[in-house]
Amino acid sequence: MTAAPILTHFPHRHLLGIEGLSPFEIEFLLAKSEEAIDVSRQVAKRKDALAGRTQINLFFENSTRTQSSFEIAGKRLGADVMNMAVAQSSVKKGETLIDTAMTLNAMRPDILVVRHHAAGAVHLLARKVGCSVINAGDGAHEHPTQALLDALTIKRHKGRIARLTVAICGDILHSRVARSNIILLNALGARVRVVGPSTLMPSGIERFGVEVFNTMKAGLDGADVVMMLRLQRERMSGSYVPSVREYFRYFGLDEEKLGHAKPDAIVMHPGPMNRGVEIDPAVADGPRSVIAEQVEMGVAVRMAVLEALAAHLPNA
Amino acid sequence: MTIREAISATGLPPMLIERARIVDPSRGLDAVGSVIIENGVIRAAGPEVLNQGHPEAAEIVDGTGLVCIPGLVDGRVFVGEPGAEHRETLATASAAAAAGGVTTMVTMPNTDPVIDDPALVDFLRRRASATSRVKVAPMAALTRGAEGKEMTEIGLLSEAGAVAFTDGKAAIANAALMRRALIYARDFEALIVNHVEEPTLASGVMNAGERASRLGLTGVPREAETIMLDRDLRLVAATKGRYHAAQISCADAVEAMRGARERGLDVSCGVSIAHLTLNEIDIGTYRSFLKMSPPLRSEEDRVAMVQALADGLIDWVVSSHDPQDSEMKRHPFAEAADGAVGLETLLPAALRLVHGGEVGLSALIRALSTAPARRLGLNAGTLSAGASADLVLLDIDEPWVLDRAKLASRSKNTPFEDARFTGRVLRTLVAGRTVYRYGRG
Repeated sequence: MTAAPILTHFPHRHLLGIEGLSPFEIEFLLAKSEEAIDVSRQVAKRKDALAGRTQINLFFENSTRTQSSFEIAGKRLGADVMNMAVAQSSVKKGETLIDTAMTLNAMRPDILVVRHHAAGAVHLLARKVGCSVINAGDGAHEHPTQALLDALTIKRHKGRIARLTVAICGDILHSRVARSNIILLNALGARVRVVGPSTLMPSGIERFGVEVFNTMKAGLDGADVVMMLRLQRERMSGSYVPSVREYFRYFGLDEEKLGHAKPDAIVMHPGPMNRGVEIDPAVADGPRSVIAEQVEMGVAVRMAVLEALAAHLPNA
Repeated sequence: MTIREAISATGLPPMLIERARIVDPSRGLDAVGSVIIENGVIRAAGPEVLNQGHPEAAEIVDGTGLVCIPGLVDGRVFVGEPGAEHRETLATASAAAAAGGVTTMVTMPNTDPVIDDPALVDFLRRRASATSRVKVAPMAALTRGAEGKEMTEIGLLSEAGAVAFTDGKAAIANAALMRRALIYARDFEALIVNHVEEPTLASGVMNAGERASRLGLTGVPREAETIMLDRDLRLVAATKGRYHAAQISCADAVEAMRGARERGLDVSCGVSIAHLTLNEIDIGTYRSFLKMSPPLRSEEDRVAMVQALADGLIDWVVSSHDPQDSEMKRHPFAEAADGAVGLETLLPAALRLVHGGEVGLSALIRALSTAPARRLGLNAGTLSAGASADLVLLDIDEPWVLDRAKLASRSKNTPFEDARFTGRVLRTLVAGRTVYRYGRG
């Protein structure tokens, strides 16, 4: 399925984004993820790669699925996983992000998994702590493990990434998932399209190495992969698009629009889905949907990333 | 030493600076010569002033290889006093100013309380004369509390010593208010200064465009600036007011200013040293010390700013000195405070443009000193006989590296951390008194 990766280890201490990773490094993580799938499918789903290590999940923004995915991944590798309920509490008390980081750092974790609502917050934190940091999503910037799990899912269905046409559809402007995917898919040689209303396109998007479409018909034409993005509720009513029904009419993925893609095209969504907003329930739960599989790949990719970074920890 | 001491400088021995290159844009002078200072006043400065002989018992300064310029008049300085002394006091700001060759700080009214009352202008001037090493020329708020609603007492504030009127960091968003202020200020020949940024377009945190999109940050488009500037220039045309755009940052704004000048309007504009020497790429991975308003723009815009300065279309170069304690910058980029300190690096950074052959020294000093002094009616910005002896002696070729920890400012939020500079202030004089010395100066 895959040529043997050239690298024998992952040469970074943190995973802050897809940007800056070479195609070899991405392939390395994907190959490692394949191994992790096997571990997860055993009855005894345990390895001890992270035995004795402390992993803290520091989520400044609520996310049940990403947090549980990282938690399960850590536990399957034998780490002691702790979820910090920072949400907004310490921020409200006026504590700065760096204060929080220093406090946590003093507890000597080995790996910090961080989600934050502000772009760049995870970079800031990574500069101040002594352990490995994984970006679990920072504002509209990056969400590297999501892009990796998407790539793994695509690869398992299509056998490759190179030369596939991938249409990323919806709210590109606010989407870290879109940014990480655009970088990763380009690095591995896919043809990347973005599809959505112009108000939801970032300025300068045409310089990201993508083709830009403002209709689903043209954007999905001949696509191998249709990747839908979530539209945040606060952006649905007048600020970026006039209404849910208008958005669904033009950009919601239904059977008709999906008909423009290749007959064997797969449908993806990072979740959580707004059924009836960006995706028709019939498509979301239909035969071409690989959305549930993405979740499984999520655990595998996070195991792979945790293990790859753990190789750099002191005494490893 | 403070201004009060400096002003009672009578009794100081005269000073003679010999064989320095004297650059005085107020007279179009750039020649090697001497400067004679007596009683805190310049008696003569130029190539032939020694024809009448040396003054007796003068302190003699060998200016060989050095450049003598009028002290800088920094037209946009935020100070934390009153209200945020932990960030900066007049004393600490003035120490930074003196080290940077700034002899007059034009202060912004965004303090706590806002400088919107004659008593507060008076307070500021007294504090300055008691604690500041350099001169302080306060701008007062144009609206009460800088809230953009009710006009302040332009007449009384002018009498108290306010040199111009502005809401500082806040743009005057209300067009009717701006129009009325321009008309009213005309009766007092007062200068109205606006931060040209349309607030509804300025909710972003860096220049709109590819860089912002890649970093996942919200952008401030150039139209935020040009829409506000166009509006103001139209209002000035209609009201015949006196107007200054505090800072411009993009090429289109230069064109708007050019058009207004061609129509003969009484308008001027400034640019910050950051926008002349840095661009959005310098933000790198979220360096919050480079977060400012207006945001750093593209390299094309920076080049347009430099060209406009060289062409005389930009009148003032300012530091936009804005001290922020580390607390305000210890946040993710989007949530960090705007602003950077700049008094100490204004001249060294500006000299990059001279060394790079982009702007002549005389044109630069005009924008750093002569032009703002004239526009604000200050006794500064010149080395002509009879002027206050506010001057700077600098070694234009000395290389050095900025150590952030050594900044005199109480806050250290400089965008020039570890920057290489060529050119250093060796001595700063305010009213004839030495307020800063380094090396052989």
